[in-house]
Amino acid sequence: MRVKFWGTRGSIPVAPTTADIRQKLVAALTQAAGRQLDTPARIEAFVDGELDWAVRHTFGGNSACVQLDAGDPYYVLCDLGSGVRGLGNHALATRRGEPAEYHVFMSHTHWDHIMGFPFFMPAYIPGNVITIYGCHAWLEEAIRRQHGAPSFPVEFAQLGAEIRFVRLEPDRPYDLVGFRVTAKRQRHTGDSYGYRFERAGRVVVYSTDSEHKLDDPAATRAFAEFFRDADLVIFDAQYSLADSISIKEDWGHSSNVVGVELCQMARARHLCMFHHEPTYDDAKIAAVLAETRRLEEITRDGHTVLVSSAWDGMEIDL
Amino acid sequence: MILTPVRYADVVVLTLQGRLDQSTAEDVRTALAPHLERCAEGQDHLVLDMAGVDYVSSAGLRVLMLASKQAKAQKGYLVLVSVQPLVQEILEISKFTLILRTLPAVRDALAETSPAGLAAFEPR
Repeated sequence: MRVKFWGTRGSIPVAPTTADIRQKLVAALTQAAGRQLDTPARIEAFVDGELDWAVRHTFGGNSACVQLDAGDPYYVLCDLGSGVRGLGNHALATRRGEPAEYHVFMSHTHWDHIMGFPFFMPAYIPGNVITIYGCHAWLEEAIRRQHGAPSFPVEFAQLGAEIRFVRLEPDRPYDLVGFRVTAKRQRHTGDSYGYRFERAGRVVVYSTDSEHKLDDPAATRAFAEFFRDADLVIFDAQYSLADSISIKEDWGHSSNVVGVELCQMARARHLCMFHHEPTYDDAKIAAVLAETRRLEEITRDGHTVLVSSAWDGMEIDL
Repeated sequence: MILTPVRYADVVVLTLQGRLDQSTAEDVRTALAPHLERCAEGQDHLVLDMAGVDYVSSAGLRVLMLASKQAKAQKGYLVLVSVQPLVQEILEISKFTLILRTLPAVRDALAETSPAGLAAFEPR
């Protein structure tokens, strides 16, 4: 199974600023100083092999959208953030007009998780079938009402694809689109739902927009069970721990520290930090990643958790 | 996790031992409570000696944050001393260095906050 990240940013999409680009150029040229970079091949080798990752690369700025690709002829997605626009364009380009099925599991209906749908081109094309799963009673209404006046020029009814909505119940395993799927209610304004996907001995947990209260050991244990032995946990690590339990308490997000602790408790193999803080630039996200890897290292109790930080375009093979 | 209080004039030094994690956090919170009540302007100063603490989890950090918050609200003095290097790293990674004040040793806290406490700590 391959997990592809189309959008990884939290709260609102962001793009690099002129100052960000300048900072990267200065860092790259500083690192290049004194080297013999007189041919395109040497420059490319330097950029790809020596330049710091966060200088030559970006974590990206699209909001949440993750694809689970198990080699099926249909698409399985989590959330419809702005990242789904790229996936839609990619699907149209590679399928050359052939219709497809899209199955989308929604964590919740906050704006950053649904805003990509009006720009999801397959939704406009007859023959495509889009099934949107979720636990919220208002799921369909939330998706519908962002189309049409006064918010958008195209009414929902004008969309050419067949669009279905399927209500799921949390804590109940479903066999859907080749996966065993279980949803779990999470602490977030209006509730959010995490999903545990199991298939052929592999487990992926998608758990974003989820705040964890540190004075509730029963809830902590329940999440550790939800993450149990997962091959990959995609985890909302938007805030620092200090922020998440002080000035940003009850804002509905979690931290890298809690992500490490839960994955250690659950004996999960890979923690992938997700829903990055929109005010963080690439250097800051890279610094958080380095710190989190160090935290995992110094608190390890015999079980190693691989730690990564999701970026738009990242692919993880399980 | 054991809290041992030692008084030096108007300063109470609480020595913590072991792991401050989810299994001990609430006990520590309960044990801290009476000392925190007196950690106020014109009353006791509170020093948490962390030399014997080798791990602090998020649940433990929360207890320390609540203690700091209460002391601040009461205009009291609360500081952590002798924090082990690994615990110091956890404080830095979690950004708790922005919330909790640390000093190298008990003596530094006494020297900073209470001449009478320092005199009691270092009798002539």
